[in-house]
Amino acid sequence: MATAAESPYAAKKKTEAVTAHILWMTTGLSCEGDSVAMTSATNPSLEDIVLQAIPGMPKVVVHNQVIDYAVGQDYAQAWFDAERGQLDPFVLVIEGSVGNEEINGEGYWTGFAVNPDNGQPITLNEWIDRLAPKAAAVVAVGTCATYGGIPAMKNNPTGAMGVPDYLGWSWRSRAGLPIICIPGCPAQPDNTTEVLLYLALHLAGLAPAPELDEALRPKWLFGRTVREGCNRAGFAEQGEFATEYGADHRCLVKLGCKGPVVKCNVPIRGWVNGVGGCPNVGGICMACTMPGFPDKFMPFMDEDKWGAVAAEVMRFSYGPIVRFFRRKHIAEDRDKEPEWRRRGRTLMSGYARRW
Amino acid sequence: MTTETAAKVMVKEMSWDPITRIVGSLGIHTEIDFSNRRVNKCYSTSMIFRGFDIFMRGIDPRDAHFITSRICGICGDNHCTCSCLNQNMAYGVKPPPLGDLAFNLAETADYIFDHAIFNDCMANVDFCEQMVKETNPSLLAKAEQTAAPGRDIHGYKTIADIMRALNPFTGEFYLETLHVARFTREMYCLFGGRHTHPSTIMPGGCSADITHQTCTDYYVRLMRYFDYVKRSVPLHDDLYDFFLQELPGYDMVGYRETNLVNWGSFDDPDYVDYDYRHMTDWGRKRYVTPGIAIGGELVTTDLVEINLAIRILLGSSYFDDWTGEPTFVTHDPLGNPVDKRHPWNKVTLPRPQKRDFADKYTWVVSPRIYDKRTDKHVCCDTGGGPFARQWCTAKAGLVDFGYAKATGNSIQMVLPRSPNLPEMELEWKVPEKSNAVERDRARSYHQAYSALVALHCLERALKEVQAGRTKSWSSFKVPENAISCGFHEAARGVLSHHMVIRDGKIANYQPYPPTPWNASPRDVYGTPGPYEDAVQNTPIFEENGPEKFKGIDIMRAVRSFDPCLPCGVHMYTGGKVLKVMHTPTALA
Repeated sequence: MATAAESPYAAKKKTEAVTAHILWMTTGLSCEGDSVAMTSATNPSLEDIVLQAIPGMPKVVVHNQVIDYAVGQDYAQAWFDAERGQLDPFVLVIEGSVGNEEINGEGYWTGFAVNPDNGQPITLNEWIDRLAPKAAAVVAVGTCATYGGIPAMKNNPTGAMGVPDYLGWSWRSRAGLPIICIPGCPAQPDNTTEVLLYLALHLAGLAPAPELDEALRPKWLFGRTVREGCNRAGFAEQGEFATEYGADHRCLVKLGCKGPVVKCNVPIRGWVNGVGGCPNVGGICMACTMPGFPDKFMPFMDEDKWGAVAAEVMRFSYGPIVRFFRRKHIAEDRDKEPEWRRRGRTLMSGYARRW
Repeated sequence: MTTETAAKVMVKEMSWDPITRIVGSLGIHTEIDFSNRRVNKCYSTSMIFRGFDIFMRGIDPRDAHFITSRICGICGDNHCTCSCLNQNMAYGVKPPPLGDLAFNLAETADYIFDHAIFNDCMANVDFCEQMVKETNPSLLAKAEQTAAPGRDIHGYKTIADIMRALNPFTGEFYLETLHVARFTREMYCLFGGRHTHPSTIMPGGCSADITHQTCTDYYVRLMRYFDYVKRSVPLHDDLYDFFLQELPGYDMVGYRETNLVNWGSFDDPDYVDYDYRHMTDWGRKRYVTPGIAIGGELVTTDLVEINLAIRILLGSSYFDDWTGEPTFVTHDPLGNPVDKRHPWNKVTLPRPQKRDFADKYTWVVSPRIYDKRTDKHVCCDTGGGPFARQWCTAKAGLVDFGYAKATGNSIQMVLPRSPNLPEMELEWKVPEKSNAVERDRARSYHQAYSALVALHCLERALKEVQAGRTKSWSSFKVPENAISCGFHEAARGVLSHHMVIRDGKIANYQPYPPTPWNASPRDVYGTPGPYEDAVQNTPIFEENGPEKFKGIDIMRAVRSFDPCLPCGVHMYTGGKVLKVMHTPTALA
C-alpha cells in the first residue's frame, strides 16, 4: 500500500515551503494588456499560481499592480526590498517597452513609484538597472517588452526598445538564465502563466532551464509558425484563398494574413480557454509576436509580397489538382457508406454466421 | 463673545503613487486636513507617454484600428471598434447587418467582462472584509449584525458575509467573478477573435466566420451569465446601501456636480449608415443614448452637437500648444465651423520635463465641453462609464427594445429565466447625486443592461444566420482625402477617434479615451479635473489617524471612475506635515 511518507509527493513538499516573488513591472511603455490577458488564463490560472495548485511548486507571491491589494508605497515597498536583497529569490517580469530616457532632459517617459530623495518618478530604466542584477530571472512579457512593439514604431518620439535591446541580447541573470521572452500583443494568457509556473518549478529545482530559441522565446511555445498550426492551412494546400473577410472560410493569406512567416501558437492554443484566436476564427494574423512587428508587416490588410507569390504557386500548380481529386474521391467514395449496412434477411458484413 | 478653544489642525501631504487595482499609471497626491477630516487639495498625475498620435502620422488609414487597439490593455477592443466606426465614416462603407450586430455582441460581452472584473476583483476590494477591518473596524462589527435584505437571492446572510465574499483570492464572490470574467471573454472572442486586442474587428464589418455554432456558443454562456448578474445586482445594492445608511454623509465621497459625458454605444443596423450628415439621427437610435449633462440637466443627445463641443485644453500637461500649427479642418461636413482646440485640429507636441505640482505635472491633457450658452469650458466626467451611460439613456427616454425601457427617470429591465434562476425585473433610477457609491452601483446594473442588449442583438443575429445572410463584411476603397470621427463608449466611458486623411495616408489621428476626461489635471483656466475635484469633495470616514491612514475613502472616490491609465498611486505614510496651526473650534 502506498503511504504518505513514501509517495512521490513526499519529496516535493520541501520545495513547497520556499517562497518566490514575482515582481511584475507593468509600467513599461505599455497598455497593461499582458496583465489583463493574464487574468483570463486557465492553464494555469492566476489562482492556480497563487494557491500553489501544482505539487512541489514554491509559494509564489505575485506583485502586480493591476490586481494587488496594497496601494501606493505599501505596494511599491517590495521593489525597494528587492533592491536591498530582502526578497530572494525573485523573478523580474517586465511589461512594456523601455523608453530611451537619455534623450528627454529632466523629464521622463514612464516611471514607477517616487524617488524619496527628489520627489520625482523613478523611471522603468532605473528600476531595471537596480533590480536586474539581483533577479533570479528576467522575463519580458508581451511584444513591447520583448522586441519594442508598437511604441517602438518608426517615427516614435520616445526611442522605445525591448528589454534585450536595453540589457543586451546575451545578458544572463545571476542564476545564469538569459532573458526569457514571451512575445504576443498581448501575450497569449496561458503562454504567460505557463512560463511563470515553469520558472517557479525551475527555481525549485524541479525542471531544467527553459529551452529558448535565437529570439529568446521558449521553444515549445514558439517552435511552429501560425500556418503550421492553422485550421485553414488545408485550404492553402489546395490553392483556395478567401476573397472577402467574414463568411469566406478559406485561407486568409491574400487578405493580409502573415501566418506563414510568423512564429506563434495561438491557432493551436486558442485565446481564452481554447476559444478564439486569429486566422482560426477569421482574423488575419498581424504578426504581433514577431521582432519585426509592426513595421515589417504594415499595411496589415495588404498581402505579403512573398506570401502572394507562394499563394499563386499553390493556386496554379498542384493545389487545384489535389483539390480536384480529393473532392472527387470524397464524393464518389469516402462520403458513401459500405454496402453491407442495410436491412434484410441476409448478413452482408462478411462475417460467417455460426448459428 | 465666543468661547475659543485651541485645537490643533493638522494638514498633511499624502500621496498614493502608484494606485493599484486599476489599469494604467496613476498617482494621486493630496493635502489632507485631518482635524476637519477633509481633503484640501488633490493632484492627479500619470507617468506614461508613448505618442500614438505622433507615430500614426503617414501610415495607411486601414492600420488605424490595429494600432490604436494597443493604446489600452483593457479597452483595446473599444479602441479597435471605435477606430472601425471612424474608418467606416471615412470610407463611406456600411457593413451588412450581421457585421454591425457582431460589433454589438463583442462589445456587450466586453462591458460585461470589464464591469464584472473591475467591480469585484478591483474596486470592491476596497469594500471587502479585510479592508474594512483595517480602516473601519466599528463598521465591520455593525455589518456582522446586519442582515442582508437580498440574502434569499444572493445567498449571503449578513453584510459582513458579503464583505468576506469579496476578500481577494479567498472570497467566494471574488473567485466566482474571476471565473465569470473568463467565460465572458470567451463570448468576446467568439466574435472578436481575441481579447483585448481583437483580430476580427475590421473597417467594413466583422471578419469572424459567424455560423450557428458561433451563436450557440455565445447563447449558452450568456444565459449562464444571467444567473450571475441576477445575484450580483442585489448583492451590490445591499453592500452600498449599508454604507449610505451607516455612515451618514457617505454620499459625499467622490461627489461631483452632475457634469457628465457619454457618446452612446451599440448601433442599430437598421438605422446606422456611418454618414456624418445623418449622425444626429442614427446616434439617437443607439441602444445607449449619447448625451451631455451639465449641472444635472441633459443638454443634448445630438452627436453632431457633441462633436462640435469638444475642446482639448492644456495647462498642467507636458505638451506645447499647437496654436501656431496648420489647421486641418475649418468646417465639418455639415458646414459647421470647427474650433482650433477641437481634436480634428489638435497637434501633439510633447515637452518632457520635471514633475512640478505648481506648474506641469502629468502627461494627461484636459478635454472639456464648451458650453456655448455660458461661454464656459465645463469639466465633465464619464461617471466611470455606466453612470453616465445610464443617466443619459434614462433621461432621454428614447430606448425601448422589449427587454429594457428608458422612462425619463429610470431604466426598467426584464431579465429572462436562466438555468438556475427565474425571470427578474430590475429598475435603475437616476440617483440624486453623482458620487462614488452611485458610480459603483451603476456599474453593477450596467452588466444586466449590457447582457440584455446582447440578448436582443443575438436574437437578431440568429435571424440573419438562419436566413442564410451570413455576410458580415463589406468592401471599401480608401479615399485620397477625408475627415471622419468615431464615437463609442469604452467600458469606463467616452471614447472618440478623429481622423484626417490626406493623399490616402493619415495626416492626423486623435484618440480621446475616457482617461483624459477623468484624470485630467488643472486646465489653463485653473479648473481641476474630475478625480481632483471628486477627491477634494471627499469627507474622511476612515477610523485610522494620520499614522496608519490608508486613504480608503479617497481610493473609493478614485476607483469609482474605473481609472484606466496603465498606472497606479503611491502613498507616503510618513508624509511631511505642512502646518500645525491653532484654530478656534467655534469656527471649525
